[in-house]
Amino acid sequence: MKGLCALTISETRLFLRDRASAFYTLAFPALLLAVLGSIPFFGEPVAPDGPRLIEVYVPVVIALVLAAVALQGLPSLLASYREQGVLRRLRVTPVRPETLLTAVLIMMLGVTAVSTVLVLAVGRIAFGVALPAAPLAFAVALLFTAAAIYGLGLLVAAVASTGRAGNAIGSLVFFPMLFFGGMWLPRDAMPTLLRTISDFTPLGAGVGAVQAASAGAWPQLVHLGVLLAWAVAAGALAARLFRWE
Amino acid sequence: MAVIEVNGLLKRYGAQVAVDDVSFTVAEGEIFGVLGPNGAGKTTTVDCITGLRVPDRGTIEVLGLDPRRDGDTLRRVLGVQLQHGRLPERMTVGEAVALYASFYTDPADGDALLERLGLDRMRATRFGALSGGQQQRLAIVLALIGRPRIAVLDELTTGLDPQSRRNTWELVEQIRADGVTVLLVTHFMEEAERLCDRLALIDAGRVVAIDTPDGLVERVRAPQVIRFRPSEPVPDAVLLALPEVAAVTQHQGCVEVTGTGDVLAAVTTALAQRRIVAAELRITQPRLDDAFVALTGETGR
Repeated sequence: MKGLCALTISETRLFLRDRASAFYTLAFPALLLAVLGSIPFFGEPVAPDGPRLIEVYVPVVIALVLAAVALQGLPSLLASYREQGVLRRLRVTPVRPETLLTAVLIMMLGVTAVSTVLVLAVGRIAFGVALPAAPLAFAVALLFTAAAIYGLGLLVAAVASTGRAGNAIGSLVFFPMLFFGGMWLPRDAMPTLLRTISDFTPLGAGVGAVQAASAGAWPQLVHLGVLLAWAVAAGALAARLFRWE
Repeated sequence: MAVIEVNGLLKRYGAQVAVDDVSFTVAEGEIFGVLGPNGAGKTTTVDCITGLRVPDRGTIEVLGLDPRRDGDTLRRVLGVQLQHGRLPERMTVGEAVALYASFYTDPADGDALLERLGLDRMRATRFGALSGGQQQRLAIVLALIGRPRIAVLDELTTGLDPQSRRNTWELVEQIRADGVTVLLVTHFMEEAERLCDRLALIDAGRVVAIDTPDGLVERVRAPQVIRFRPSEPVPDAVLLALPEVAAVTQHQGCVEVTGTGDVLAAVTTALAQRRIVAAELRITQPRLDDAFVALTGETGR
């Protein structure tokens, strides 16, 4: 427990010391929302009686944060720790490398949570986007999305041999994922076929679930089911393939 | 008392046998060397002892513990410096020491260790900004931070300049003076000769010999060579008459005598009896290098 605590503090400090990634993760998403919100077009409803475009984008930006940390941060960090022997070194101390993995996940989820709160705050304060109407459902939706995306992140970390490879493969997964999550074309505006595909991708299902919770409803079971399936499948495969050195 | 017992250790990587029937014991308080050329199976052997790898066959006991079964207990009393074990680049020296100290219930004084290794002014320096020698020394600090009973040091001085290497050797001797048993993996003859009480010479995955450095040298009975400039000519026969002398050559007033055993004493006594003074006397003694070459057929460094 003492080791986990020390490692979590240490990992958080190392993360914040990397100015570029700290900015990209903590400040960039809120700034991105601020920029999007300043475009008049985003104040328009997407459909008659529908939500404003900015309201649609809040969950998308939150999903962006989650996926950026899990798919770009996690694999490159773990793969470089493996490449440099950081994990191997830890294996000959009383602390297990699993503890470092846990510490990294706690740190990353914490960073994601802070960034999510910032995005929600900017949306609420600057653009009057209502806070999630169903907070519990919102938390559940985020948790399921995180499980699915982090499962994928761990899978990438398992197959990537170096930090660079981790970053490259992570980005290769990240951008299509972001597309299906509605980063460039909101899910509501997608043609039916595209949206159906999106429903079965982790970020598509995640954004769908978070949007439902934001509007005050429980996420659709199909979305939660898709997220759970991704989490279990990717997580199990990652556990099989992951090597400490 | 034996603190490490390795018996019939065998480790394969696929079809390749990396370690083949390796056995040795390490006594408490000793500096035990595992010496061999690169790729001889030294690191694999040590990895099995620290529990990083699972042997395919054979038994290992460290302080009466099985590295696989009792790994958790063992890792509290084992201090390890790995050949390939870096720290995160952005972690500072002070942070690393504090972090590793937090892993142990009764850690050593990190500040004192840093001072002893000459890193006390580097506390705020990031790992990535340290020189190779400083990184090695930090690795030693981290290996000792948990007050280990056994320190395992793998290729401790590889990549160090000669001065740092000598400083590190002194440090290893200090570690042993503190009552820590040291298992030292190296491919440097000079290092093994200077530091180790006993050595296991490993070649191609097998133990070739286990002995003291002197014992290993003795085993091969490599000849000593004495060179000198006598104050007046010495007939070859005078020297060849000595049982210790094997061969004599003379060239431009210089004599070169090859022999074994106490050849130096025999030659100087014979010269003294004839009131001949040997000037520019030089003796080349067989070293571990020669023993290594003779025992493994490899060229040592």
